[in-house]
Amino acid sequence: MNESCRVETLRDGDLAVVRTEGYINREGGEEIERCIQTLLDAGVCRIVLNLEKTKIVNSIGISILIEVLEKMMDRKGALAFCRLTPTIDKTFRIMGLAQYAGIHATEEEARSALSATA
Amino acid sequence: MAKEVSLSIPSTPGMELAATAQAEALGEAMCLGRDKIDEVKFALVEACINAFEHAGQNAGRVDLRFRVSRRPGGAEMLEVTVADRGRGFDPSRVEPPELERKLRGRGNKRGWGLKFIQSLMDEVEIRSTENGTTIVMRKYK
Repeated sequence: MNESCRVETLRDGDLAVVRTEGYINREGGEEIERCIQTLLDAGVCRIVLNLEKTKIVNSIGISILIEVLEKMMDRKGALAFCRLTPTIDKTFRIMGLAQYAGIHATEEEARSALSATA
Repeated sequence: MAKEVSLSIPSTPGMELAATAQAEALGEAMCLGRDKIDEVKFALVEACINAFEHAGQNAGRVDLRFRVSRRPGGAEMLEVTVADRGRGFDPSRVEPPELERKLRGRGNKRGWGLKFIQSLMDEVEIRSTENGTTIVMRKYK
């Protein structure tokens, strides 16, 4: 029994939106990591991660998101999350993730916040 | 009268979703509410992953028990028990994770499971011996 994670990327200059769909477990986290690494290699350092279609994550997937955040911080980039379920939002705040990455209600808000960091 | 369901799942990544389906069905039946059901599912995923990893290759299966009951004179609750037959661990020796240290440390980014379970559930009991670990989690309506 598994629910694979699909990832879609929309690039707009040096900003990109990565939309996920499905369970962010090890495989899902690795798919997101591959996608964001490709963006970083192409010089895109401001990334919105839209989790609207992800209803469940696990701590293994989250640990990979921390690795992604670390890579982005190394590149002086910025990561913002949006459209989190209340439980995922609560979990990210329990971790203290909001100190290092934006957490926004909508994709538009997240894009605006990252655009302001340019 | 308490409602109780037992389930045994293989110690295989992905099977935690079979457990969450059961938690969701019982949570909906007792009108626990969407956010609380999602918190139980999240904590249950973490407890299952913990069991899969601590159970090791030889332990095979993880046993789950779901129980809807009411404290005498108190609120209705969903109690979920996750038991493995692995080598066990000492919960008092689990270091609380700190994101800043994990980001600066360049080391292991994991170790969040117990923190999530304890933060998302109302009550958590962990009993662990060299013959296995049992985590009991309760969420009140």
